[in-house]
Amino acid sequence: MAAHPEALAPLDVARVRQDFPILSRRVRGRPLVYLDSAASAQHPRAVINAEVRYYEEHHSNVHRGVHTLSQEATDLYEGTRETVRRFINAASTREIVFVRGTTEAINLVAQSWGRPRLRPGDEVVISWLEHHANIVPWQQVCEQTGARLRVVPIDRRGVVDFDAYLGLLGPRTRMVALAHVSNALGTVLPIRDFIAAARERGIATLVDGAQAVPHQPVDVQALDCDFYAFSGHKVYGPTGVGVLYGRESLLESMPPWQGGGDMILTVSFEGTTYNSLPWKFEAGTPNVAGVVALGTAIDYVTGIGLQRIADHEQALLAYATERLSSVPGLTLIGTAPHKASVVSFVVEGIHAHDLGTILDVEGVAIRTGHHCAMPVMDFFGVPATARASFALYNTRGEVDALIQGLGRAREVLG
Amino acid sequence: MMDLADLYRDVVVDHNRKPRNYGTLPHANRTVEGTNPLCGDRLQLYLDVEGDLVRDVRFEGQGCAISTASASLMSEAIKGRSVAEVQELFRNVHDMLTRHDATPAAGLGKLAALSGVREFPARVKCASLCWHALNAALAGDTRPVSTE
Repeated sequence: MAAHPEALAPLDVARVRQDFPILSRRVRGRPLVYLDSAASAQHPRAVINAEVRYYEEHHSNVHRGVHTLSQEATDLYEGTRETVRRFINAASTREIVFVRGTTEAINLVAQSWGRPRLRPGDEVVISWLEHHANIVPWQQVCEQTGARLRVVPIDRRGVVDFDAYLGLLGPRTRMVALAHVSNALGTVLPIRDFIAAARERGIATLVDGAQAVPHQPVDVQALDCDFYAFSGHKVYGPTGVGVLYGRESLLESMPPWQGGGDMILTVSFEGTTYNSLPWKFEAGTPNVAGVVALGTAIDYVTGIGLQRIADHEQALLAYATERLSSVPGLTLIGTAPHKASVVSFVVEGIHAHDLGTILDVEGVAIRTGHHCAMPVMDFFGVPATARASFALYNTRGEVDALIQGLGRAREVLG
Repeated sequence: MMDLADLYRDVVVDHNRKPRNYGTLPHANRTVEGTNPLCGDRLQLYLDVEGDLVRDVRFEGQGCAISTASASLMSEAIKGRSVAEVQELFRNVHDMLTRHDATPAAGLGKLAALSGVREFPARVKCASLCWHALNAALAGDTRPVSTE
């Protein structure tokens, strides 16, 4: 892994780019310009090597055998739990549950926390800008329990209406589940304020941190949330692995979500006693290699420094916003004052998918479509948007390539 | 080699800018909605079918250049044709969009302008949405059609 010792110096993006093998490939004869990290980030060589090394040198099942490999695999796996705990400043590794991703984490909470507790007439509060992963699991548990889903509105900038939120918190509100950062719009919620208002009223809180963790330091104790979920692949780690942070007292009170191996202490046909935290929620052989490589990804971003990454991305966001604003016929969707490095937009007379195809031929990868946030698209009255997202390895030159590609789209379809 | 000019041919660009037979058809006797859930595109297809004859057609909806041009070209191609002819057209267009070895069948006329789409697999559904809606409408199936 590259060392980045100069604590306050700006990010050396040329050097960072050398850490990412895929960035040197060409797409359709042109250098890849990857502006889709909000969908899935690329991987530094260190992360790829961590998986390879794990499989070549240490692989076995975890928590099982007495043999050397099993012990090594277990140490690596459990060692990563401590890496994650430090990363988000959880009080204990018992509060760190490894899951497949943010989606699974939210489903776990909806089913294990929500299903036994929610009663007909109880309310779950989400916002209008949620990803489908923070809508559907709540809809499902509401259907199962008779609870009601309430939605906090957003304004034309894509800012969640805090006063309306306070108005929605009532005696029947049991859970507030909110994105920390909107994937479709980039809006950063003042999540501490939202959590504090819920905590004052004794309401449980879950934060979908999938889009936040790559862009800013997260401290779950400072946030004071009950649950915080994020995915490995958005933070330069592998796909298929993610983290659920849960406040220990709550996790302790929740039944296991899935049954099987690893989550038990004893099993007989008369009954089963469950394992302690966090293994109670980790049935079956986990994604050991993915977890180990996630630890390497976390070491990578913390080695560079999340604040330094944020500064770099915010500069790119400002530059991209300024350049896009001068593109004829282009409307930015999502103009909140506080945003992560995501720009969503539509161009008059050109559908997002045509933009996506034309940009792809120019080597520029952006996301087009509804971004798994159909209610957001409905709110802005568009079927789809084009979305460019910027990560630690992106450059101003790549923003220029995006602008140039949009000009090409106008030529082709104008 | 995939070339933008192959995908966005002049005919396609023209039909996207000025879609033919766009709007509703008050005397339609077949109406089908087509959706592409991956992109959120929606298309409403209205047909006036009398016996064996497609007398009139209109469409409306929001879609990309490929889906709009495809629906517009389709509407021109099927108006006044027999159901059997339209069904053969459907098969020929389907082959053209999906089979790399196929040379566009004779009689496709302007629809051959869509042959470049097959080099862009992510866009084949854009071009085929209206045709699947048409197929359902002719089969008398009024349930919404999805590309998925």
